[in-house]
Amino acid sequence: MTPRKIVLTFPKEKIDKPIVYKLIKDHNLTFNIMKASITPDQEGHMVLEIDGEAAEIEKGIKYLKDQGVKVEPLSKDIKVNWDKCTQCGVCVAICPTAALYIKDRKTMEVAFDAQKCIACELCIRPCPPRAIEVHF
Amino acid sequence: MAKTTSGEGIRTIEEINEKIKSGKAVVVTAEEIIEIVKKKGTAAAAREVDVVTTGTFGPMCSSGAYFNFGHTRPKIKAGGGKAYLNGVPAYAGWAAVDLYVGATASPDDDPRNKIHPGEFAYGGAHVIEDLVAGKDVRLQVEAYGTDCYPRKHLDSLINIKDLNEAVLFNSRNAYQNYNVAVNLSDKTIYTYLGTLKPKLGNANYCSAGQLSPLLNDPYYKTLGIGTRIWLGGGIGYIVWQGTQHNPHAPRLANGVTKRPAGTLALIGDLKQMSPKWIKGVSFVGYGVSLNVGIGIPIPILNEEILKHTAIADEDIVAAVVDYSDAYPNGKPEVLGEVNYKQVKSGEIEVKGKKVPTAGISSYRRALEIANDLKEQIKKGEFLLTQKVADLPVGDSAPKFKPLKERPVKEDK
Ligand code: SF4
Ligand code: SF4
Repeated sequence: MTPRKIVLTFPKEKIDKPIVYKLIKDHNLTFNIMKASITPDQEGHMVLEIDGEAAEIEKGIKYLKDQGVKVEPLSKDIKVNWDKCTQCGVCVAICPTAALYIKDRKTMEVAFDAQKCIACELCIRPCPPRAIEVHF
Repeated sequence: MAKTTSGEGIRTIEEINEKIKSGKAVVVTAEEIIEIVKKKGTAAAAREVDVVTTGTFGPMCSSGAYFNFGHTRPKIKAGGGKAYLNGVPAYAGWAAVDLYVGATASPDDDPRNKIHPGEFAYGGAHVIEDLVAGKDVRLQVEAYGTDCYPRKHLDSLINIKDLNEAVLFNSRNAYQNYNVAVNLSDKTIYTYLGTLKPKLGNANYCSAGQLSPLLNDPYYKTLGIGTRIWLGGGIGYIVWQGTQHNPHAPRLANGVTKRPAGTLALIGDLKQMSPKWIKGVSFVGYGVSLNVGIGIPIPILNEEILKHTAIADEDIVAAVVDYSDAYPNGKPEVLGEVNYKQVKSGEIEVKGKKVPTAGISSYRRALEIANDLKEQIKKGEFLLTQKVADLPVGDSAPKFKPLKERPVKEDK
C-alpha cells in the first residue's frame, strides 16, 4: 500500500484541538508530519503522509472534514521562474512556512526551499512579475 | 600644503574621463565605499576613489514610452483618434504616428477592481516590456480621416526594431527615500506597496537604501539635468527634476531626507534596453507598474561629495506610514521612524509590535546595476558628463503642494 500525502488547513478555532491525535488513534493509521505551520492570521497548515487500510484512510479524511478541516491531496508543485523574478522580496513576508526566504541579508537574495512549501498558493498573486508558478 | 576643506575640488569630471579612457579610474559601488571610508577615512578615500556607482530597481509608476511607428500608405493620423497596443490604450494626442504608452494603462475591458482585489495581469508596463523583449505587439488605430490623412483604420503587428524612434520617458523615477507601509485597519489592503495584512501584519519598504542614487547625492551636487545614466540596461539621461520633486523634505544632519523627497525625470533609447531591467509588474488590487533599473555614477569631485556616498543603511531613516488611513486621506502623521538596516533585518517594531518586513524594490538587483555600471566605467565604455543645469534645491526650490480644490457647481 502506498502512503498518501495530504494537505490539511485548520481554521483558527480548531488549532488547539487534538484532531490529528484522534485521527490516528481512532482509525488505526500511521503517519508522518512532513510540514506544519501556523500563519499570522492563525490558520494552521499541515502536510501529512498517512498510511493504513484504504477504507480507514477514507474514514479518517471524512472525520477531518467533519471537524471543519480542509483536506486536499498534495499534488501541486510550486516553482519560481527565476528569469521572471525581480528579487524584490514581497513573497517572503507572505509565505507562511518560510519556503520563500532571504538567503543572505547582505545581498538580500531571495531563495526558495521546495521542501518547506505547502502549496498554499498565498504567494502567487502578490508576486509583482507573477514569477511563481503552480504546476499540477 | 594648505589645509583643504571638504568642499574644495580634488579633481574635475574631465580629469576623471581621462582616467576612464586610459583604464585607470578607481570606481567602487556605493556599498563598497562604506567599508573603504571606515578603514581609511573620508579624506584618504576621496583622494583614492574617482567614481562611486549607485543603483535602484523597483516599480516606478510614472514611467512610459513614446515611439513613432512610421507612416502607412495611405496615411493615417492617430492624433485625435484612438490607439491600442495589445489592447492597452495608448495616448494618441500627438501628430500622426507618434504614440505614448503609460506604465499604468489598463485595457478598456480589464475588470480592474470590479472583483476586489483585481488581478491587473496586463497593462502598459507589460506592453513596454514586450516591445523591449523584441516581441511583436498588435497596434490598432481608429482615426477620423482627413484630406491629408485619409485612412481610418489600422490593425497591424509592430516590432521595436522597425519603429523609427522608441524612447523611454519617465516623468518621476528614483524617489529619494520612501515610506515604509503598514496597515492598522482590521482588513487586508492592496496597495502599490504590496498587500498589507491587517493589524500591522507586515511592513513593506521601497528603496535601495545605501545604494539609492539620490540618497548618495542628497543635495544633487553632481547629478542634474544632462547627467548620463545607466537606464534599463542601456544609456539614459536626466532631463528634468521629476514630478513631485520635494527637496524641502526634513533631513538628518547627514543630508539624508527622512521622507520621500527629490525625484528625477529620465529619458533613454528603449531599443538599447533589456527586458530584465524594464519589467511589467502587477500589484493585486492596485494596478500595473513598471520596474525600472537605474544606475547613476557619482564623480568624487571633493571630500564632501564622497562623505555623502558613504552613508550606510543604518544612517538612512524612513517613516512608517499607515496605508489604511493616513496615506489615502493625505494625513501627515507617521507611526515612527526606522532605518534601512532595521527594515532589511526582516523585522521592525511598530507601536510595540514586531512586524515582518519585505522589500518592493530589489536590493539584490540594485547591486547588480551598481556593479555593472562600475565595470562599464572601468572598461572605458561609460564616460561621465557635466550636468547642464542644477535640480531645484534649497529655499528657492518650488514647494510640492496638494490640489486646492475649487469645486464646480453646475448652474441649473
Ligand atoms: S515576490 Fe516574486 S519577484 Fe519578488 S522575490 Fe518573490 S518570487 Fe521573486
Ligand atoms: S505556496 Fe508560496 S506561500 Fe505557500 S508555502 Fe509555498 S512558497 Fe510559501
